[in-house]
Amino acid sequence: MGLKSFSLKKSLWVFHFGGASCNNCDIEILDCLTPRYDVERFGMKLVGSPRHADVLLVNGSINQRDKPRLLEVYDQIAKPVFVVAFGACGCTGGIFAEGITFAGPVDNIIPVDAYIPGCPPKPEAMLSTLMKLAETI
Amino acid sequence: MAEQLFYFFVYPGMLFAGIIGIIFAWADRKVTARVQFRQGPPILQPFYDFIKLLLVKETILPKKGSVIFFLLTPVLGLFGATAAAVIILMPAFGLTSGFQGDIIVLFYLLAIPTLMFIVGALASGNPLSAVGASREIKMVLSYELSFILIIAGVILKSDMTLQLNEIMALQQSQGAFIASLSGILMFIGAIFVIQGKSGLVPFDMAEAETELAEGIFMEFSGTVYAIIKFTKYILLFILPVFIAEMFLGGLHFAGIDILWSILKVLLVLVLIILIRNTNPRLKIGQAMQFYLLWVNLLVIAGLVLHYLGI
Repeated sequence: MGLKSFSLKKSLWVFHFGGASCNNCDIEILDCLTPRYDVERFGMKLVGSPRHADVLLVNGSINQRDKPRLLEVYDQIAKPVFVVAFGACGCTGGIFAEGITFAGPVDNIIPVDAYIPGCPPKPEAMLSTLMKLAETI
Repeated sequence: MAEQLFYFFVYPGMLFAGIIGIIFAWADRKVTARVQFRQGPPILQPFYDFIKLLLVKETILPKKGSVIFFLLTPVLGLFGATAAAVIILMPAFGLTSGFQGDIIVLFYLLAIPTLMFIVGALASGNPLSAVGASREIKMVLSYELSFILIIAGVILKSDMTLQLNEIMALQQSQGAFIASLSGILMFIGAIFVIQGKSGLVPFDMAEAETELAEGIFMEFSGTVYAIIKFTKYILLFILPVFIAEMFLGGLHFAGIDILWSILKVLLVLVLIILIRNTNPRLKIGQAMQFYLLWVNLLVIAGLVLHYLGI
């Protein structure tokens, strides 16, 4: 394993995109920063700007207003980037999948590297997915 | 010529200051984590971040902005920080050949990285970066007056000596400047000034990741952002060393003094980390009021006490 891929694996910076979420997943994502879970052990941190991100974490159902914004954020991120769909709404659409404003789950809009199902998923699920994602680099 | 280039690029300049700065940046994150009862990152974490940004990530150029200034300003900022690092660290490690430099030159050199970040942010053409740059300009206007007053106080205390190594020699013969009431007041002011200069939390409204999405650093990505990170690592190392040289009796690398020198620098570092962790971000008006009124009053009180001989 080269220095480049090892460095990328050890420092995944996460940018959080919230679609039309019910806010439950957002709370679970913030739980990962607390002393009990502490993602900074693995070198991950939440960043405020898409330019610095390595992982795009998308949660909530993506409706027709969110879709161009998600595409724009994905274009603005410096590549390489990994997209993670978080929660039932991000993976499949969940209970909103048949709504008239629903614009498809995340993988219909941008390529997705990992899925974390659950409503909401536990913080442990997010940690284990990100670690498995890092193993594939 | 080769000797000067070695001083600038390897020891005690860019490479050495950067490596120690990476360890200091790790200490910053680790102490922050321990204060919040977290585990914290591994020791090479800032190094991984730097390598990842430098070699792996793509650099995105602004479409509506000045690309030349966007790419040039981080490099100029790094050179300013490195020049300051050489002049601060050479007296500390007892190197006497080459340019000795004085304390007034350091005042200008330490202002260069911040000014370059401002120009780079304005060149990126992003409105949030522009807001961050305007806040950073207000911060510069606020703390530079306190900083020059503190430097003037140190010059007065050392009988109008401008050379850093002579200031340190004077303190080693007569006792550190902090061992008087006026010295303590100026030391407290200097701690607040380097807190603002290194953009740590009570005074980080220019980057404010939650409200401005990283502010002045928002548009930088990849290699350019790696250079900015490296500049910040160097500043995090040299500013505590500068304070230790000015007030805490200077650094001296021989015998048991090695331990004391390292402890002095670490004391200043831990002080600024603890201030960072126990305070929320101020509004820009509050920060300007804090520096222009309270820190200046503190430092001027120190100057007056020095004239009274206390």
